Amino acid sequence: MDPQNSQLTVAGYFKNLTEVSQFIDQAAARAGLDERATYAVRMAVDEACTNIIQHAYGGEGRGQIRLLCETQAEGLQVTIFDQGTPFEPMHVPELDPQAPLQERQPGGMGVFFIRNLMDTVEFKFGTPQGNRLILFKRRESTS
Amino acid sequence: MDVTHRQLRRCDVVVAKGRIDAETVKTLSEALALIKKAGRYKIVLNLKEVTYISSAGLSELIVTQNTCKQMKRGELVLAEVPPRIREVLDLAGLTALFNLYETESEAADHF
Repeated sequence: MDPQNSQLTVAGYFKNLTEVSQFIDQAAARAGLDERATYAVRMAVDEACTNIIQHAYGGEGRGQIRLLCETQAEGLQVTIFDQGTPFEPMHVPELDPQAPLQERQPGGMGVFFIRNLMDTVEFKFGTPQGNRLILFKRRESTS
Repeated sequence: MDVTHRQLRRCDVVVAKGRIDAETVKTLSEALALIKKAGRYKIVLNLKEVTYISSAGLSELIVTQNTCKQMKRGELVLAEVPPRIREVLDLAGLTALFNLYETESEAADHF
């Protein structure tokens, strides 16, 4: 594997989110992302892995999550693979940042953060390698 | 993730440290639940040493704010929110739902 790329496979337990986060921080440093962009990728990947455990696998300990980080000319690409039930992000109700407190529902914010923190987000389901979520963050991105 | 709690005359102060994610949010939830169970709904949450908060953590803040606000003059206020977490609160429109203070003592003076 290219030394600019890295791979990690973890069992689908919430306790492994810390290890995933450390892995992302290392990849972001290698890709030259600044602190703000690193935080954004860390959060998007954390939310994605949490959704995989909760929704695609339907609970902890039911499958693995594989992450592939690739340094590209303009930033960092993270691909997340799982073998769970395809999860349709279009069916997730859009979070309304203007909604008052009493209308806020606990949960459902993960996809909102993934979409808003990354520069590109692509979901692919039912591939020979299972489900794939491809995230890209540009170097020195302001979003 | 580490949580400490102390009771002041007018409010309770909770200081969280480390990562708040889907695994560790339980520690924060339990600390907040104990305060609410004691009938105390004026809470300062100091986030100065929180390095990361996921939507699971933010959901806990929303639930607690809802509970506290249903009680007479109850509220959850946030102190020393780190810049990245502040940005996330802004992004999700949560800054409008919480009073934020630069210091813990200013936050306690809210009550």
